[in-house]
Amino acid sequence: MTRTPQPIGHSIPAPDKLPVSMIVNGVEAQLKVAPWTTLLDALRDHLDLTGTKKGCDHGQCGACTVLVDGRRINSCLTLAVMQDGAEVTTVEGLAANGALHALQQAFIDHDAFQCGYCTPGQICSAAGLIAEGRAKSADEIRELMSGNICRCGAYPNIVAAIQQAMGQS
Amino acid sequence: MINFQYARATDVADAVRQIAADPSAKFIAGGTNLIDLMKEDVERPTRLIDITRLPLKTVKETADRGLRIGALVPNSDLAYHPLIAQRYPLLASAILAGASAQLRNMASTGGNLLQRTRCYYFYDIATPCNKREPGSGCSAIAGLNGMHAILGTSEACIATHPSDMCVALAALDAKVHVTGPAGARTIAFSDFHRLPGNTPQRDTNLQPNDIVTAVELPARGFAANYTYLKIRDRLSYAFALVSVAAALELEAGKIKEARLALGGVAHKPWRDPSAEAALSGQSANQATFNRAADLLLRDAKGFEHNAFKIDLARRAILRALTQAAAGTPQSQSNKKIQ
Repeated sequence: MTRTPQPIGHSIPAPDKLPVSMIVNGVEAQLKVAPWTTLLDALRDHLDLTGTKKGCDHGQCGACTVLVDGRRINSCLTLAVMQDGAEVTTVEGLAANGALHALQQAFIDHDAFQCGYCTPGQICSAAGLIAEGRAKSADEIRELMSGNICRCGAYPNIVAAIQQAMGQS
Repeated sequence: MINFQYARATDVADAVRQIAADPSAKFIAGGTNLIDLMKEDVERPTRLIDITRLPLKTVKETADRGLRIGALVPNSDLAYHPLIAQRYPLLASAILAGASAQLRNMASTGGNLLQRTRCYYFYDIATPCNKREPGSGCSAIAGLNGMHAILGTSEACIATHPSDMCVALAALDAKVHVTGPAGARTIAFSDFHRLPGNTPQRDTNLQPNDIVTAVELPARGFAANYTYLKIRDRLSYAFALVSVAAALELEAGKIKEARLALGGVAHKPWRDPSAEAALSGQSANQATFNRAADLLLRDAKGFEHNAFKIDLARRAILRALTQAAAGTPQSQSNKKIQ
Protein backbone atom coordinates (compact mmCIF):
# COMPACT_ATOMS: atom_id res chain seq x y z
CA MET A 1 0.00 0.00 0.00
CA THR A 2 1.45 3.37 -0.94
CA ARG A 3 0.00 6.66 0.16
CA THR A 4 1.28 10.16 -0.52
CA PRO A 5 4.31 10.71 1.71
CA GLN A 6 4.73 14.12 3.28
CA PRO A 7 8.15 15.75 3.02
CA ILE A 8 10.33 15.53 6.10
CA GLY A 9 9.92 18.66 8.16
CA HIS A 10 6.47 19.28 6.68
CA SER A 11 3.90 20.14 9.28
CA ILE A 12 0.23 21.01 9.16
CA PRO A 13 -1.05 23.82 11.39
CA ALA A 14 -1.52 22.62 14.96
CA PRO A 15 -5.02 21.10 15.20
CA ASP A 16 -7.30 21.99 18.07
CA LYS A 17 -6.73 20.13 21.28
CA LEU A 18 -9.13 17.26 21.77
CA PRO A 19 -11.06 16.37 24.91
CA VAL A 20 -10.20 13.06 26.57
CA SER A 21 -11.93 11.56 29.54
CA MET A 22 -10.32 8.67 31.42
CA ILE A 23 -10.59 7.06 34.84
CA VAL A 24 -7.01 7.16 36.10
CA ASN A 25 -6.32 5.24 39.31
CA GLY A 26 -10.02 5.39 40.13
CA VAL A 27 -10.35 9.14 39.60
CA GLU A 28 -12.02 10.73 36.60
CA ALA A 29 -9.62 12.86 34.58
CA GLN A 30 -10.72 15.38 31.93
CA LEU A 31 -7.94 16.49 29.61
CA LYS A 32 -7.48 18.50 26.44
CA VAL A 33 -4.55 17.16 24.48
CA ALA A 34 -2.99 17.50 21.05
CA PRO A 35 -3.70 14.43 18.87
CA TRP A 36 -0.07 13.32 19.00
CA THR A 37 0.12 13.23 22.79
CA THR A 38 0.85 9.66 23.83
CA LEU A 39 -0.88 8.15 26.83
CA LEU A 40 2.54 8.17 28.52
CA ASP A 41 3.00 11.91 28.01
CA ALA A 42 -0.59 12.59 29.10
CA LEU A 43 0.00 10.72 32.35
CA ARG A 44 3.35 12.33 33.08
CA ASP A 45 2.94 15.86 31.72
CA HIS A 46 -0.79 16.52 32.04
CA LEU A 47 -1.67 14.52 35.16
CA ASP A 48 1.72 14.74 36.91
CA LEU A 49 1.77 10.98 37.39
CA THR A 50 5.51 10.63 36.88
CA GLY A 51 5.72 7.13 38.34
CA THR A 52 5.28 5.76 34.83
CA LYS A 53 8.68 6.11 33.19
CA LYS A 54 9.78 7.07 29.70
CA GLY A 55 12.64 4.72 28.85
CA CYS A 56 13.07 4.13 25.13
CA ASP A 57 9.75 5.71 24.02
CA HIS A 58 9.61 3.03 21.28
CA GLY A 59 7.96 0.02 22.94
CA GLN A 60 11.22 -1.82 23.41
CA CYS A 61 11.91 -1.44 27.15
CA GLY A 62 8.58 -1.71 29.01
CA ALA A 63 9.33 1.13 31.47
CA CYS A 64 6.07 2.83 30.43
CA THR A 65 3.86 -0.21 31.10
CA VAL A 66 0.44 0.64 32.56
CA LEU A 67 -2.85 -1.24 32.77
CA VAL A 68 -5.62 -0.07 30.43
CA ASP A 69 -8.98 -1.68 31.16
CA GLY A 70 -7.00 -4.24 33.16
CA ARG A 71 -4.56 -5.16 30.35
CA ARG A 72 -0.88 -4.26 30.39
CA ILE A 73 0.25 -2.13 27.45
CA ASN A 74 3.13 0.16 26.48
CA SER A 75 1.74 3.63 27.13
CA CYS A 76 4.35 5.19 24.79
CA LEU A 77 2.77 3.51 21.74
CA THR A 78 -0.82 4.63 22.11
CA LEU A 79 -2.36 8.06 21.76
CA ALA A 80 -4.23 9.58 24.68
CA VAL A 81 -7.14 10.42 22.35
CA MET A 82 -7.47 6.74 21.47
CA GLN A 83 -7.97 5.93 25.17
CA ASP A 84 -10.98 8.19 25.65
CA GLY A 85 -13.29 6.36 28.06
CA ALA A 86 -10.63 3.94 29.29
CA GLU A 87 -9.73 2.97 32.84
CA VAL A 88 -6.01 3.40 33.41
CA THR A 89 -4.01 2.08 36.35
CA THR A 90 -0.46 3.30 36.90
CA VAL A 91 2.03 2.33 39.59
CA GLU A 92 0.58 5.16 41.73
CA GLY A 93 -2.77 3.38 41.73
CA LEU A 94 -1.69 -0.04 42.99
CA ALA A 95 -1.40 0.59 46.73
CA ALA A 96 -4.75 0.53 48.53
CA ASN A 97 -5.82 1.72 51.96
CA GLY A 98 -2.32 2.78 52.89
CA ALA A 99 -0.86 -0.67 52.23
CA LEU A 100 1.55 -1.51 49.44
CA HIS A 101 0.35 -3.82 46.68
CA ALA A 102 1.64 -7.39 47.13
CA LEU A 103 3.98 -6.86 44.18
CA GLN A 104 5.41 -3.65 45.59
CA GLN A 105 6.11 -5.38 48.92
CA ALA A 106 7.58 -8.40 47.12
CA PHE A 107 9.95 -6.21 45.07
CA ILE A 108 11.20 -4.68 48.35
CA ASP A 109 11.44 -8.08 50.05
CA HIS A 110 13.51 -9.53 47.21
CA ASP A 111 15.59 -6.42 46.42
CA ALA A 112 14.22 -6.74 42.88
CA PHE A 113 15.80 -3.55 41.54
CA GLN A 114 18.94 -1.50 41.67
CA CYS A 115 18.47 1.92 40.02
CA GLY A 116 14.68 1.52 40.08
CA TYR A 117 13.94 3.17 36.75
CA CYS A 118 12.33 0.08 35.20
CA THR A 119 10.55 -0.87 38.44
CA PRO A 120 7.15 0.85 37.94
CA GLY A 121 6.90 -0.82 34.52
CA GLN A 122 8.04 -4.15 35.94
CA ILE A 123 5.43 -3.97 38.69
CA CYS A 124 2.56 -2.92 36.40
CA SER A 125 3.58 -5.60 33.91
CA ALA A 126 3.67 -8.22 36.67
CA ALA A 127 0.21 -7.11 37.82
CA GLY A 128 -1.00 -7.68 34.25
CA LEU A 129 0.79 -11.03 34.12
CA ILE A 130 -0.87 -12.23 37.33
CA ALA A 131 -4.30 -11.08 36.09
CA GLU A 132 -3.78 -12.95 32.81
CA GLY A 133 -3.10 -16.17 34.74
CA ARG A 134 -0.94 -17.72 31.98
CA ALA A 135 2.36 -17.96 33.82
CA LYS A 136 2.91 -20.80 36.28
CA SER A 137 6.59 -21.78 36.03
CA ALA A 138 9.66 -19.56 36.31
CA ASP A 139 10.26 -20.14 32.57
CA GLU A 140 6.79 -18.83 31.82
CA ILE A 141 7.26 -15.80 34.09
CA ARG A 142 10.56 -14.98 32.37
CA GLU A 143 9.04 -15.32 28.90
CA LEU A 144 5.91 -13.31 29.67
CA MET A 145 7.96 -10.58 31.40
CA SER A 146 10.42 -10.34 28.50
CA GLY A 147 8.91 -7.01 27.42
CA ASN A 148 10.39 -5.38 30.53
CA ILE A 149 14.10 -4.76 30.30
CA CYS A 150 16.20 -4.22 33.46
CA ARG A 151 19.62 -2.87 32.56
CA CYS A 152 20.81 -3.35 36.14
CA GLY A 153 20.15 -7.06 35.64
CA ALA A 154 17.86 -7.67 38.61
CA TYR A 155 16.02 -10.39 36.71
CA PRO A 156 16.48 -13.30 39.16
CA ASN A 157 15.11 -11.19 42.01
CA ILE A 158 12.27 -9.86 39.85
CA VAL A 159 11.19 -13.44 39.07
CA ALA A 160 11.42 -14.32 42.78
CA ALA A 161 9.33 -11.28 43.72
CA ILE A 162 6.66 -12.16 41.18
CA GLN A 163 6.57 -15.75 42.42
CA GLN A 164 6.05 -14.46 45.97
CA ALA A 165 3.22 -12.17 44.86
CA MET A 166 1.62 -14.94 42.80
CA GLY A 167 1.56 -17.11 45.90
CA GLN A 168 -0.33 -14.42 47.76
CA SER A 169 -2.91 -13.62 45.12
CA MET B 1 6.59 13.28 14.79
CA ILE B 2 4.80 15.78 12.56
CA ASN B 3 1.47 17.35 13.49
CA PHE B 4 -1.61 15.45 12.39
CA GLN B 5 -5.38 15.54 12.61
CA TYR B 6 -7.26 12.78 14.39
CA ALA B 7 -10.62 11.31 13.39
CA ARG B 8 -12.61 8.20 14.28
CA ALA B 9 -14.33 5.86 11.85
CA THR B 10 -17.84 4.75 12.75
CA ASP B 11 -18.06 1.68 10.51
CA VAL B 12 -16.12 0.00 7.70
CA ALA B 13 -17.83 2.02 4.95
CA ASP B 14 -17.09 5.24 6.83
CA ALA B 15 -13.44 4.19 7.27
CA VAL B 16 -13.08 3.61 3.51
CA ARG B 17 -14.81 6.96 2.77
CA GLN B 18 -12.51 8.82 5.15
CA ILE B 19 -9.29 7.27 3.86
CA ALA B 20 -10.32 7.86 0.24
CA ALA B 21 -10.98 11.53 1.02
CA ASP B 22 -7.41 12.23 2.21
CA PRO B 23 -4.42 10.81 0.34
CA SER B 24 -2.06 11.45 3.25
CA ALA B 25 -4.26 9.84 5.91
CA LYS B 26 -3.57 6.50 7.54
CA PHE B 27 -5.60 4.10 9.63
CA ILE B 28 -4.48 3.44 13.18
CA ALA B 29 -5.43 0.38 15.24
CA GLY B 30 -2.97 -1.05 17.78
CA GLY B 31 -0.43 1.63 16.90
CA THR B 32 2.55 -0.46 17.99
CA ASN B 33 4.36 -0.08 14.68
CA LEU B 34 2.80 3.06 13.19
CA ILE B 35 3.37 5.35 16.21
CA ASP B 36 6.94 4.10 16.46
CA LEU B 37 7.51 4.88 12.77
CA MET B 38 5.86 8.29 13.18
CA LYS B 39 8.21 9.12 16.06
CA GLU B 40 11.11 8.34 13.70
CA ASP B 41 9.54 10.47 10.91
CA VAL B 42 9.50 7.38 8.67
CA GLU B 43 5.71 7.59 8.49
CA ARG B 44 4.31 11.10 8.15
CA PRO B 45 0.52 10.96 7.85
CA THR B 46 -1.26 14.30 8.30
CA ARG B 47 -4.41 12.54 9.48
CA LEU B 48 -4.93 9.41 11.53
CA ILE B 49 -8.24 7.61 11.24
CA ASP B 50 -8.82 5.60 14.40
CA ILE B 51 -10.51 2.31 13.47
CA THR B 52 -10.33 0.74 16.94
CA ARG B 53 -14.05 1.17 17.56
CA LEU B 54 -15.13 -0.76 14.45
CA PRO B 55 -16.96 -4.06 15.10
CA LEU B 56 -14.09 -6.29 13.89
CA LYS B 57 -13.20 -7.91 17.20
CA THR B 58 -14.75 -11.39 17.04
CA VAL B 59 -13.56 -14.87 16.07
CA LYS B 60 -16.39 -16.76 14.36
CA GLU B 61 -16.74 -20.20 12.81
CA THR B 62 -17.37 -20.15 9.08
CA ALA B 63 -19.83 -22.35 7.19
CA ASP B 64 -17.02 -24.66 6.06
CA ARG B 65 -15.63 -25.18 9.59
CA GLY B 66 -12.92 -22.60 9.32
CA LEU B 67 -12.58 -19.45 11.41
CA ARG B 68 -13.03 -15.81 10.53
CA ILE B 69 -10.82 -13.61 12.69
CA GLY B 70 -11.80 -9.95 12.89
CA ALA B 71 -9.00 -7.57 11.91
CA LEU B 72 -9.09 -5.87 15.33
CA VAL B 73 -8.71 -9.03 17.44
CA PRO B 74 -5.59 -8.36 19.54
CA ASN B 75 -2.69 -10.75 19.00
CA SER B 76 -2.85 -11.96 22.62
CA ASP B 77 -6.59 -12.67 22.48
CA LEU B 78 -6.06 -14.60 19.26
CA ALA B 79 -3.17 -16.69 20.61
CA TYR B 80 -5.15 -17.68 23.71
CA HIS B 81 -8.53 -18.08 21.99
CA PRO B 82 -9.76 -21.62 22.79
CA LEU B 83 -10.55 -22.44 19.13
CA ILE B 84 -7.11 -21.25 18.00
CA ALA B 85 -5.32 -23.08 20.83
CA GLN B 86 -7.18 -26.33 20.05
CA ARG B 87 -7.47 -26.30 16.27
CA TYR B 88 -4.66 -24.01 15.09
CA PRO B 89 -1.90 -24.37 17.71
CA LEU B 90 0.69 -23.52 15.03
CA LEU B 91 -0.84 -20.04 14.81
CA ALA B 92 -1.01 -19.68 18.60
CA SER B 93 2.62 -20.73 18.93
CA ALA B 94 3.82 -18.33 16.21
CA ILE B 95 1.99 -15.39 17.80
CA LEU B 96 3.45 -16.15 21.23
CA ALA B 97 6.93 -16.32 19.69
CA GLY B 98 6.64 -12.67 18.66
CA ALA B 99 6.91 -9.34 20.48
CA SER B 100 6.10 -9.01 24.20
CA ALA B 101 2.95 -9.54 26.25
CA GLN B 102 2.28 -5.77 26.29
CA LEU B 103 2.69 -5.42 22.52
CA ARG B 104 0.54 -8.50 21.85
CA ASN B 105 -2.18 -6.93 24.01
CA MET B 106 -2.16 -3.86 21.75
CA ALA B 107 -1.31 -5.16 18.27
CA SER B 108 -4.22 -6.14 16.01
CA THR B 109 -4.56 -9.04 13.60
CA GLY B 110 -4.78 -6.74 10.58
CA GLY B 111 -1.94 -4.56 11.82
CA ASN B 112 0.33 -7.55 12.25
CA LEU B 113 -0.03 -8.20 8.51
CA LEU B 114 0.72 -4.55 7.71
CA GLN B 115 3.73 -3.97 9.97
CA ARG B 116 6.79 -2.65 8.15
CA THR B 117 10.26 -4.13 8.02
CA ARG B 118 12.66 -3.55 10.91
CA CYS B 119 15.60 -2.94 8.53
CA TYR B 120 17.82 -0.39 10.34
CA TYR B 121 18.19 1.70 7.21
CA PHE B 122 14.44 1.87 6.62
CA TYR B 123 14.17 3.28 10.15
CA ASP B 124 17.03 5.76 9.79
CA ILE B 125 15.85 8.71 7.69
CA ALA B 126 19.46 9.93 7.32
CA THR B 127 20.30 6.95 5.07
CA PRO B 128 19.14 6.02 1.54
CA CYS B 129 16.37 3.41 1.43
CA ASN B 130 14.32 2.46 -1.61
CA LYS B 131 11.45 1.29 0.56
CA ARG B 132 11.20 4.63 2.35
CA GLU B 133 12.33 6.93 -0.48
CA PRO B 134 11.96 5.11 -3.81
CA GLY B 135 15.00 5.62 -6.03
CA SER B 136 17.33 6.71 -3.21
CA GLY B 137 19.23 3.41 -3.11
CA CYS B 138 19.57 0.49 -0.70
CA SER B 139 21.97 0.98 2.23
CA ALA B 140 21.64 -2.62 3.40
CA ILE B 141 23.05 -4.41 0.36
CA ALA B 142 26.58 -3.23 1.17
CA GLY B 143 25.85 -2.37 4.81
CA LEU B 144 25.08 -4.18 8.04
CA ASN B 145 22.86 -6.89 6.63
CA GLY B 146 22.99 -9.68 9.20
CA MET B 147 19.21 -9.59 9.68
CA HIS B 148 18.36 -9.28 6.00
CA ALA B 149 16.82 -11.53 3.38
CA ILE B 150 18.42 -14.49 1.63
CA LEU B 151 15.48 -15.33 -0.64
CA GLY B 152 13.50 -13.29 -3.14
CA THR B 153 15.73 -10.23 -2.84
CA SER B 154 16.19 -7.62 -5.54
CA GLU B 155 18.83 -5.04 -6.34
CA ALA B 156 16.49 -2.47 -4.85
CA CYS B 157 15.79 -4.07 -1.44
CA ILE B 158 16.84 -6.96 0.80
CA ALA B 159 14.47 -6.23 3.70
CA THR B 160 12.55 -8.98 5.50
CA HIS B 161 8.95 -9.09 6.67
CA PRO B 162 9.21 -9.22 10.47
CA SER B 163 6.00 -11.03 11.43
CA ASP B 164 5.87 -14.44 13.11
CA MET B 165 2.08 -14.65 12.93
CA CYS B 166 2.14 -14.24 9.15
CA VAL B 167 4.48 -17.23 8.73
CA ALA B 168 1.87 -19.46 10.38
CA LEU B 169 -0.97 -17.85 8.42
CA ALA B 170 0.93 -18.52 5.18
CA ALA B 171 1.48 -22.17 6.13
CA LEU B 172 -2.21 -22.54 7.01
CA ASP B 173 -3.39 -21.11 3.65
CA ALA B 174 -5.29 -18.24 5.25
CA LYS B 175 -7.24 -15.66 3.26
CA VAL B 176 -7.39 -11.92 3.88
CA HIS B 177 -10.73 -10.13 3.69
CA VAL B 178 -10.44 -6.59 2.40
CA THR B 179 -12.91 -3.79 1.73
CA GLY B 180 -12.20 -0.91 -0.64
CA PRO B 181 -14.27 1.74 -2.42
CA ALA B 182 -15.46 -0.91 -4.92
CA GLY B 183 -16.60 -3.31 -2.19
CA ALA B 184 -15.30 -6.40 -0.41
CA ARG B 185 -12.95 -9.04 -1.78
CA THR B 186 -10.57 -11.73 -0.52
CA ILE B 187 -6.84 -12.14 -1.17
CA ALA B 188 -5.05 -15.47 -0.78
CA PHE B 189 -2.34 -15.14 1.87
CA SER B 190 0.39 -16.04 -0.61
CA ASP B 191 -0.74 -13.11 -2.79
CA PHE B 192 -1.05 -10.61 0.07
CA HIS B 193 2.59 -9.69 0.64
CA ARG B 194 4.93 -8.87 -2.25
CA LEU B 195 8.54 -9.46 -3.12
CA PRO B 196 10.49 -6.19 -3.36
CA GLY B 197 11.33 -6.20 -7.09
CA ASN B 198 11.55 -2.64 -8.35
CA THR B 199 8.82 -1.38 -6.02
CA PRO B 200 9.98 -2.17 -2.48
CA GLN B 201 7.88 0.72 -1.18
CA ARG B 202 4.88 -1.58 -1.67
CA ASP B 203 4.80 -4.28 1.01
CA THR B 204 1.41 -5.70 0.04
CA ASN B 205 -1.07 -5.89 -2.80
CA LEU B 206 -3.60 -3.75 -0.95
CA GLN B 207 -4.83 -0.73 -2.86
CA PRO B 208 -4.42 2.71 -1.26
CA ASN B 209 -7.99 2.96 0.05
CA ASP B 210 -8.43 -0.62 1.25
CA ILE B 211 -9.05 -1.73 4.81
CA VAL B 212 -8.34 -5.24 6.07
CA THR B 213 -11.49 -6.49 7.80
CA ALA B 214 -10.70 -10.13 8.65
CA VAL B 215 -8.36 -13.08 8.24
CA GLU B 216 -9.99 -16.40 7.44
CA LEU B 217 -8.56 -19.81 8.27
CA PRO B 218 -9.65 -22.92 6.36
CA ALA B 219 -10.83 -25.94 8.35
CA ARG B 220 -7.51 -27.81 8.38
CA GLY B 221 -5.33 -26.75 11.29
CA PHE B 222 -2.68 -29.53 11.42
CA ALA B 223 -3.15 -29.59 15.20
CA ALA B 224 -1.45 -32.97 15.74
CA ASN B 225 1.88 -32.47 13.94
CA TYR B 226 3.21 -28.94 13.82
CA THR B 227 5.87 -26.67 15.21
CA TYR B 228 6.92 -23.04 15.09
CA LEU B 229 10.67 -22.85 15.57
CA LYS B 230 12.15 -19.36 15.85
CA ILE B 231 15.90 -18.68 15.95
CA ARG B 232 17.00 -15.21 17.07
CA ASP B 233 19.87 -13.27 18.61
CA ARG B 234 18.42 -13.52 22.13
CA LEU B 235 15.95 -16.03 23.52
CA SER B 236 12.95 -13.76 23.70
CA TYR B 237 11.56 -10.45 22.47
CA ALA B 238 13.63 -10.29 19.29
CA PHE B 239 12.85 -10.64 15.61
CA ALA B 240 13.60 -13.90 13.86
CA LEU B 241 16.89 -14.52 12.10
CA VAL B 242 15.16 -17.59 10.75
CA SER B 243 11.83 -19.10 11.72
CA VAL B 244 10.08 -22.20 10.44
CA ALA B 245 6.39 -23.05 10.50
CA ALA B 246 6.06 -26.76 9.79
CA ALA B 247 2.76 -28.68 9.64
CA LEU B 248 2.34 -32.31 8.63
CA GLU B 249 -0.55 -34.66 8.15
CA LEU B 250 0.74 -38.18 8.78
CA GLU B 251 -0.90 -41.44 7.74
CA ALA B 252 0.57 -44.88 8.40
CA GLY B 253 4.05 -43.46 8.96
CA LYS B 254 4.03 -41.44 5.76
CA ILE B 255 3.50 -37.75 5.13
CA LYS B 256 0.13 -37.25 3.47
CA GLU B 257 0.40 -33.48 3.28
CA ALA B 258 3.03 -30.96 4.35
CA ARG B 259 3.17 -27.23 4.87
CA LEU B 260 6.48 -25.46 5.30
CA ALA B 261 6.99 -21.70 5.57
CA LEU B 262 10.03 -19.64 6.55
CA GLY B 263 10.12 -16.30 8.35
CA GLY B 264 12.97 -13.81 8.71
CA VAL B 265 14.46 -14.73 5.33
CA ALA B 266 12.43 -12.81 2.75
CA HIS B 267 10.16 -9.85 2.04
CA LYS B 268 7.21 -12.19 2.69
CA PRO B 269 6.67 -15.56 4.38
CA TRP B 270 8.54 -17.99 2.15
CA ARG B 271 6.81 -21.11 0.80
CA ASP B 272 7.69 -23.27 -2.15
CA PRO B 273 5.20 -25.80 -3.53
CA SER B 274 8.02 -28.03 -4.76
CA ALA B 275 9.44 -28.41 -1.26
CA GLU B 276 6.05 -29.39 0.10
CA ALA B 277 5.46 -31.78 -2.82
CA ALA B 278 8.81 -33.43 -2.04
CA LEU B 279 7.53 -34.28 1.45
CA SER B 280 4.14 -35.53 0.35
CA GLY B 281 3.81 -39.32 0.15
CA GLN B 282 7.26 -39.86 1.67
CA SER B 283 8.41 -41.38 4.95
CA ALA B 284 9.05 -38.79 7.64
CA ASN B 285 12.82 -39.19 7.88
CA GLN B 286 15.96 -37.08 7.60
CA ALA B 287 16.54 -37.92 3.92
CA THR B 288 13.08 -36.65 3.06
CA PHE B 289 13.51 -33.54 5.20
CA ASN B 290 16.87 -32.83 3.57
CA ARG B 291 15.33 -32.92 0.10
CA ALA B 292 12.64 -30.47 1.18
CA ALA B 293 15.26 -28.13 2.70
CA ASP B 294 17.32 -28.33 -0.53
CA LEU B 295 14.30 -27.28 -2.56
CA LEU B 296 13.14 -24.55 -0.21
CA LEU B 297 16.61 -22.99 -0.09
CA ARG B 298 17.73 -23.68 -3.68
CA ASP B 299 17.70 -20.00 -4.66
CA ALA B 300 19.10 -18.70 -1.35
CA LYS B 301 21.74 -16.01 -1.71
CA GLY B 302 23.71 -14.57 1.18
CA PHE B 303 25.20 -11.11 1.60
CA GLU B 304 28.31 -10.10 3.56
CA HIS B 305 26.85 -10.54 7.05
CA ASN B 306 23.92 -12.90 6.58
CA ALA B 307 25.28 -15.85 4.60
CA PHE B 308 25.13 -17.80 7.89
CA LYS B 309 21.36 -17.74 7.54
CA ILE B 310 21.43 -20.27 4.69
CA ASP B 311 22.97 -22.98 6.86
CA LEU B 312 20.92 -21.84 9.86
CA ALA B 313 17.72 -22.11 7.82
CA ARG B 314 18.65 -25.61 6.61
CA ARG B 315 19.25 -26.82 10.17
CA ALA B 316 16.10 -25.10 11.43
CA ILE B 317 14.01 -26.73 8.68
CA LEU B 318 15.36 -30.19 9.55
CA ARG B 319 14.76 -29.60 13.27
CA ALA B 320 11.28 -28.21 12.72
CA LEU B 321 10.19 -31.10 10.49
CA THR B 322 11.59 -33.53 13.08
CA GLN B 323 9.63 -31.78 15.83
CA ALA B 324 6.45 -31.74 13.75
CA ALA B 325 6.72 -35.41 12.76
CA ALA B 326 7.32 -36.43 16.39
CA GLY B 327 4.38 -34.37 17.62
CA THR B 328 6.68 -32.44 19.94
CA PRO B 329 6.22 -28.76 19.03
CA GLN B 330 8.72 -26.16 20.17
CA SER B 331 7.80 -24.63 23.54
CA GLN B 332 7.71 -20.82 23.41
CA SER B 333 8.42 -20.48 27.15
CA ASN B 334 11.03 -23.16 27.81
CA LYS B 335 13.45 -22.25 25.03
CA LYS B 336 15.34 -25.51 24.91
CA ILE B 337 15.27 -26.85 21.35
CA GLN B 338 14.63 -30.60 21.44
